[in-house]
Parts: sequence; C-alpha cells; structure tokens
Amino acid sequence: MTLSEVCEKVGGEIVVDVEDAKAESVYVGDLLSDVMGHAGEDCALVTIQNHLNTIAVCTLVGCSVVVICHSRPVPPDMVEGAKREGVAIVVTPLSQYAVALALSSLPPC
Amino acid sequence: MAEYKPVILQGQKTNDDEILAKSPLDAKALGGDSSVIIMELLQRFKVRDVMKRQVITIPRRATLRQAQVLMRDNRISGVPVCEDGRLFGIVSVNDIIRGLDGGWMDDPCEKHMATNLVVLEAGMPIAFALRYFNNYTYGRFPVLDSNRKLVGIISQRDVMRALLYELSVEIRKLERKTSKSIAETSKEASENYFRREWAVVRNDLSRAGHAANDIKGILRERKIDRSIVRRIAVAAYELEINICIHSHGGVLVLMITNDSVTITAKDRGPGITDIEWACRDGTSTANDWIRSLGFGAGMGLSNSKRVADDFEIKSEIGKFTNVKCVFNLAPKKSEENSAS
Repeated sequence: MTLSEVCEKVGGEIVVDVEDAKAESVYVGDLLSDVMGHAGEDCALVTIQNHLNTIAVCTLVGCSVVVICHSRPVPPDMVEGAKREGVAIVVTPLSQYAVALALSSLPPC
Repeated sequence: MAEYKPVILQGQKTNDDEILAKSPLDAKALGGDSSVIIMELLQRFKVRDVMKRQVITIPRRATLRQAQVLMRDNRISGVPVCEDGRLFGIVSVNDIIRGLDGGWMDDPCEKHMATNLVVLEAGMPIAFALRYFNNYTYGRFPVLDSNRKLVGIISQRDVMRALLYELSVEIRKLERKTSKSIAETSKEASENYFRREWAVVRNDLSRAGHAANDIKGILRERKIDRSIVRRIAVAAYELEINICIHSHGGVLVLMITNDSVTITAKDRGPGITDIEWACRDGTSTANDWIRSLGFGAGMGLSNSKRVADDFEIKSEIGKFTNVKCVFNLAPKKSEENSAS
C-alpha cells in the first residue's frame, strides 16, 4: 500500500512525504521496546508516540511509515529526523484501533 | 627578633626549611596549569596518607633546654607539646632562640610554647594542606584525628615525597597503557578487528539512538546480513536507552571480528540490585516521564537477551553495570526467533 493510500484510508494528512514509502503490514504499539521487538520491515507503525525516538526505532526496524493517532502534533525535531531518515509521517484524528480497522486489508507483522 | 645570633640559628635550623622555601609546590604551581593527574592526586590523597605517624613530642613540664636537645638530636625544627594524645602547643626554633637570648632555657615548655596553633585534620585532602602551607609560614602542621587527638605531623617535604612517588606510579601506569594500546592496535590489524565506542549521556533522550544508528550503518557497510544487523541494532538501541534512562552515564562499545559482533554497554552505576528481576519482561524502575515516551516498559534487557546469541550481565551496586551481547556472524538464531 502506498503512502497516499494509507493517508486516504485513515483520513489523515501527510506531514513528512517520502517517495516510495510503502506499507506491507501494520503494527500498533506505543511501547517502543515492544515495537522494536515485534514490528517488521516496511510496516506502518500506528502509535501515539509523537517524538524523535519513534523515528529512531522506525529506522532501526526498517519501518517506513508512521501513523500518529488522535491528531497529536508532530514536533519539528521529529519532522527533521523523519526527513533525514526517510520515514514518512501521517497524522490522523482516528484512534489506534480505528486506524487498524481502516488498514485491515494489510496483514499483521 | 632581629638580635638573635645567626650561628645558633644555622645550627638549629637543620634541613628542610630552606630547601622547601624553594619548593615548587607553591600556590602558582598548583593552580590552573596543573595537570589533571596532579589535581586528582591532591584530592584523592588525604593528610593521613602522607603525614609522619611517629611524632616526637615533649610534655608540658619539660624545659626548653630539653626541647632543644630533642630537636637537635632528631634534626627537627619544632616539637609538639603533648600529653596522652592531647596537643597543648608547639615549641619551635624561634622559641628556643628567644630562650637562649633571654636566658630562660630552664623554664618549662608550657610557659613559652606557641598555643595559638594551626592544625590539620587527618581526613583532609592534600590540596587543603598545601593551601595551609601557602597561607601560613609554618614548615609543618600537627595533625589531629576526629577526636582532636594528635595522630601525626606533616611537612611540605612529606607531601612532596608522596606526590613524587605517586606521580611515578601514575606515569608507569600510563606507559603500560600506551604499550598495551599499541599491542591492541597490532592485534586489531592482524585479526581484522574493529572497535568503536560512543558516550551515552544520562537522560539525554534526544540523542538516544545515535549510537545504535551509527552501529547499524557500520554493519550495513560491511555487508553483514540484514537480519543480523537488525538484531544487533535492536540490542544496541535498547542498551543505549538503558544507559540513558537508568544510569549515571556510560559508553556503548561495538566490536567486530571476523566471526562475531559484540555490543557492550558499560555504565558508571548505580548498579542493579536484582539482575534476574531486571532481565524479566515487564519489570522496570523507570519513572513516569520515561514511560510516557514509550520507554521503561521493562523490555530492554529481555529484548537484548532474546536477540543475542550470547548475553552476559555484570553489576555492582554503586559502581557499574556491564551488559555484553554477542552475535555470531554465522547466524544461529533465526530472524523469526528474534522477532517473536
């Protein structure tokens, strides 16, 4: 699923656009250690963790799209980090579960 | 004071004082230009480590003449007046000169001794003692313990002797270290051995992940299998975050040899009380702030342990925690195992 498709399904807004960013699976999690242990490569990470360390975790596990729930604001350092590391960010008003439902055509990690 | 006989003074003033008047250990030499090693020694060493413990003393009733004989025979320029460990005063060369000049050499010491004394405490750092030597003109200070009992005496010469000895020890250590690092470098070259370390600062979460990211880049450059790189990166990140949020700070060390990659996290304390508990999934001592950022869920050590082929943890309360994760480059654990 392409970035724009993800964005459309969750009714969100692309904050950091990365060409070729794609989601082949989905992982929902707010505990970054848990995300690191379980999220797979090229997955969409659905989370409320709107800070730079989320990007660090995505970089380490190879996750290329982050969906931030509840319209939480994305701080500038997170935007910068995401641009630098090539991680796309989508912000949506939906909850984690609602996003999971919206992306249900994708498999779990 | 000016009318004393120089001959007598020369005879009494025996050894140290003149030499030490030119001592390099003056305030200027100990100021900002001093090396870190010297400054560290001056703080580490206490007066009790340097002082002379065998103190020649004299009772209050002894005469100045007896004091003079004692000083001459022992080649010292001052003698504490002391009974049962209690210090009453000091008879110095000056008191003897005055006694000889004024004709009261048979008076008891207590009548002419100096009683307004400057003393040092045994537990004070040497830096403090040196400040005293600079602020006062005395060649030596009596040293008292916490019960105000006389336990020693210290001169600038004692300090200098101890410092010179310790400096030579430090220099020997440095020399050994240098030759060791040369040996390691040659080992590095011969075994195709790579080592790099990153400092991790306490509570600096904004930088957390930098070391893990660098490590990932280095491993990728070396064309190490992606699934192994991922496991190593996970352990490196977890350990980096651990140093950051739980310790007083430390380093993350990457070592690559032909057949393995080792990530070692070394911190400077506070140490782990119950290692088994700390390694269990879901146990953590993290605070709310850390948890709100998605860390401190108590998965760091267990995650690191799970992804590593070999895991070792050592800790000493108040001192350090060292965690070592070894990854075989011929993989034994599958990616599935590491991610489950």
